[in-house]
Amino acid sequence: MRIIHYLNQFYGQIGGESEAYCPLQVKEEAVGPGKRIEAMLGDDARIVATIICGDNYFNENTETVGRQIEEALKKYDADLLIAGPAFNAGRYGIACGAVCKIAYEMGIEAVSGMYRENPGVEMYRRYGYIASTANNARRMKEALESICGLAKKILSGQTLATAEEEGYFERGLRRNVYVERNAAQRATDMLLAKIKGEAFVTEREMPVFKKFAPSPAIKDMKHATIAVMTSGGLVPKGNPDRLETCNCTKYKKYSLEEAYGGKGAAAGQVVHGGYDPVYGNADGNRILPADVLVKLEEEGVFGKFYDHTYVTVGNGTEVDHAAEFGDRIAEELKEDGVDGVLLTST
Amino acid sequence: MHICTVTPISMTVGANRIVPGVSIPHPAGNPHVSREEELKIREKIVRTALKALETEITEQTVFEVESVRRYENE
Repeated sequence: MRIIHYLNQFYGQIGGESEAYCPLQVKEEAVGPGKRIEAMLGDDARIVATIICGDNYFNENTETVGRQIEEALKKYDADLLIAGPAFNAGRYGIACGAVCKIAYEMGIEAVSGMYRENPGVEMYRRYGYIASTANNARRMKEALESICGLAKKILSGQTLATAEEEGYFERGLRRNVYVERNAAQRATDMLLAKIKGEAFVTEREMPVFKKFAPSPAIKDMKHATIAVMTSGGLVPKGNPDRLETCNCTKYKKYSLEEAYGGKGAAAGQVVHGGYDPVYGNADGNRILPADVLVKLEEEGVFGKFYDHTYVTVGNGTEVDHAAEFGDRIAEELKEDGVDGVLLTST
Repeated sequence: MHICTVTPISMTVGANRIVPGVSIPHPAGNPHVSREEELKIREKIVRTALKALETEITEQTVFEVESVRRYENE
């Protein structure tokens, strides 16, 4: 089995913080912790290449580095990628996670190891098996044992047990398994246990959403630029960018006037797969209230109606994805001097 | 700010300024009333949304739209 190992400049034995800007390089051998990984995995697995990159270089040149990693994964025909372990090193953890994501997108399994508070865990845990490690490298041996335990199972084609049993961070994957008792029985057991004040373990953690400090109010509405956008999937007719009807992976920016049939028309097409599109198809202003905004702009209620809108489909969309869309859209709007946004959801 | 019919979802995902929409498939309109009436409803919702943006808040707040009936289609 062929393994590619990712390390930062420190564990890759190039140097410490002074080498954090060291560009990516590939060595066709095991380096540093990789040697112990090879020893632990035994004769069946071999590290065919070690990718080493400075932490700062990685995080400041993600596109270039991403391409180089993709090329290396292809060139060395990896069966498995191992990244780190990164313990509680933030930049290194993020790099390890990003490498796992690249492998994931190429259909290659990935294993890493991090301390639970490493930001790389929250950002990338769904793309690979990230073993839970201590927060520092004094526990390198244990971390490598955890990583190799997972790696051995993956390489031998075994299905991994739950995150809790195997000691990795939950990936949010759902898999069909056979169990004795059906869902209603299991749910009732849990409920009864809860009522009795006994311990029970949920089969599906509910997401915990963050709270955000409210933005300050707009002081001078008469000179404010206002935008309107929607998660209701009202796209220009024909859905030119092929937004997905559920689990949408993108958002798009359109000129309200050019893409929706003229000023204040909001004539589009609902591609959201989770509600009846009839009303929005008949009059898009029910989703994107452009007609009223044009009117209120003319009346001087606010300064300027931003001439573009952003559209996505909020139907089964992962919250992490949606949050990422939101961050990017907010940045673009700030650059364009937009003061306030009306976001409609269906 | 967020115009959303199911305001508890809006609260859960962390929106701070919330204005209730009319109904899930038509948050900013109502196909069951006359065109003129619908425009009035939409204007009320949008004016409330703008007012929400002008209002200083310290916690998540739902800004009710005056005299607009909701969930007519549910």
